[in-house]
Amino acid sequence: MSEILRFATAGSVDDGKSTLIGRLLYDSKSIFEDQIDAVEKASEKRGMEMDLSLVTDGLRAEREQGITIDVAYRYFATPKRKFIIADTPGHIQYTRNMVTGASTADLALILVDARNGVIEQSRRHSFIASLLRIPHIVVCVNKMDLVDYSEEAFEKVKEEFREFAMRLDVPDLSFIPVSALKGDNVVDKSDAMPWYEGPSLLTHLETVHTASDRNMVDVRFPVQYVIRPMSDEYHDYRGYAGTVAGGVMKPGDDVVVLPSGFESTIKSIDTIDGPIEEAFAPMAVTVRLNDEIDISRGDMICRPNNQPVVTQDVDAMICWMDETASLQPRKKYAIKQTTRAARIMVKDINYRLDINTLHRDEDATEISLNEIGRISFRSTLPLFIDEYRRNRETGSFVLIDEATNSTVAAGMILGESAG
Amino acid sequence: MSYELSHLRELEAESIHIMREVAAEFENPALMFSGGKDSIVMLRLAEKAFAPAKIPYPMLHVDTGHNFKEVIDFRDKRAADLGVRLIVASVQDTIDAGRVTEETGARASRNRLQTTTLLEAIEEHRFDALFGGARRDEEKSRAKERVYSFRDDFGQWDPKGQRPELWNLYNGRIKMGEHIRVFPISNWTELDIWQYILEDKVEIPSIYKAHKRMVFERDGMLLAENEFTERMDGEEPYEELVRYRTVGDITITGAVESDADTIEKIIDEVAATRQTERGATRADDRVSEAAMEDRKKEGYF
Repeated sequence: MSEILRFATAGSVDDGKSTLIGRLLYDSKSIFEDQIDAVEKASEKRGMEMDLSLVTDGLRAEREQGITIDVAYRYFATPKRKFIIADTPGHIQYTRNMVTGASTADLALILVDARNGVIEQSRRHSFIASLLRIPHIVVCVNKMDLVDYSEEAFEKVKEEFREFAMRLDVPDLSFIPVSALKGDNVVDKSDAMPWYEGPSLLTHLETVHTASDRNMVDVRFPVQYVIRPMSDEYHDYRGYAGTVAGGVMKPGDDVVVLPSGFESTIKSIDTIDGPIEEAFAPMAVTVRLNDEIDISRGDMICRPNNQPVVTQDVDAMICWMDETASLQPRKKYAIKQTTRAARIMVKDINYRLDINTLHRDEDATEISLNEIGRISFRSTLPLFIDEYRRNRETGSFVLIDEATNSTVAAGMILGESAG
Repeated sequence: MSYELSHLRELEAESIHIMREVAAEFENPALMFSGGKDSIVMLRLAEKAFAPAKIPYPMLHVDTGHNFKEVIDFRDKRAADLGVRLIVASVQDTIDAGRVTEETGARASRNRLQTTTLLEAIEEHRFDALFGGARRDEEKSRAKERVYSFRDDFGQWDPKGQRPELWNLYNGRIKMGEHIRVFPISNWTELDIWQYILEDKVEIPSIYKAHKRMVFERDGMLLAENEFTERMDGEEPYEELVRYRTVGDITITGAVESDADTIEKIIDEVAATRQTERGATRADDRVSEAAMEDRKKEGYF
């Protein structure tokens, strides 16, 4: 079992997201006394009792306005696991922040108010989680205390959610009835809901199985940096440093280097403590080959019989993140995909997606801030791509506006454009 | 064989990835080194990232002049062992040149003055990327900061205008005069740092372990008796068994009572402690609810 679990939450103060996280941190004793003091003082100022949501809101503007604006990262650990939470705002105007938080998450925690059932916001969050291929979704049916801890209310939400989620691609979906405010089923199992036989939220987070989520089949090693010590001791040393993006690499393996197509074998996989027997994702290592080949940053090492698609024409889903300008056909951007940098031109917008209804608008002529759509583009250099759903590392990219240097889009690759 | 990394090795891999990315994409990076445990771990990670080559960037120490001698000795030894150039930017020089005015009185501190010295060093050496050892668990405005934290011409941080940061794809594009602060250990916690120091046998300055020292009490913190701090009425120094949880300017860094004289004992203490390290030992963060956010906007670390 992986020792680190990265999970993303989305939501506004109203559905109790910050309270839930505050509760997880508080009940697992991960908040410190001086933080609690600060929260108590701040709650007092606002004339409230201990408001656990104040634990998570970090920036001055957020505390003043009582809202979460940006992604905040929080940390807590239990003897079983270390947790990294990407805590993101839930409102539609912060879709880009949600996408950002979701990009590295193993699990998405979605809150549904037991009284209101599945609303537009829950659908939107679930869709983003599935678009970003978060393998595990946990739906916390919150505020169970306000529906008398009724099993019927819980089952109704579950039914509703399942029906909607059938349209999405969600490998693992679970439901937990909780009250973040009262602490029911957050850390400990609640006596108030004897009909619920599953684990508490924390137990679920501690035990969810993530080992099979990473791609251990397709060897992908994007070369990040070439190490040449040029010292007497390591006169001819030439190592290719990078982070394994898929598969398992071993000394002796046959490899091919893209884009040149030259083949060689792995001589050694080096770390500061000496050579190692194998490397797998997400290890950061240095690879040496048995032949002298010209290799530089942006090249990719893989197996001759298992290569990514090499192409300049790509179809992808994108989320637009820039408030100043929209994406339009014929526009040009810089692209960063693995360690490769190139420029692209947008060829076509296939459709823009309404993320609340999943309706596809095929007449769309632009994609603006927080909107999601499917595009095709052509790049100046060949890219080495995999489908995002097969490999998050080699299937993702960002677009950068070359005039402002802003990161303007997050992209998930579907494949090579047809024709 | 299970293909799983321990949490420390996963964090290590992420940090090394970031450090290599910066080396590949920037022309003139530097690694900010304070002698604190976080920058020590960061330096160790840099060593690992480029082995068997040397770290391809210099170390930069912003020196307030109010130092623990043990830390300065440690700094010089590490730089020499690694064969890395050490650049010292001195707050005293900035004061002598009349570009900042020293605070006076018993509570005088050079903490805020460091920002000017740092920004001058960035300009003088034309650094385009600076590694910092900040962690997101340290403080609430840091919880929101990106790994690549963009700074404008004036070194300012704009918390509302941060670039989205997705997967492990970092956007390092800047214009002339701008720079990026890079925080490769963003996702580490205080406990992770100590566990790593233990597991990797990372050397640290002696003041992190329990030792006897003359201290006096101020605002519930134990400050070291030192030549730079004026004591106020009733602040009588006495000898105590203490250790430091953070290392910074001697005038504002508090010690904690402790008999933890090994890393194992420190880890037990850290795991059991109920105070954040900054709340317990840093006067600079006690000024207001948003003290760190405000300083960061001005260009602080």
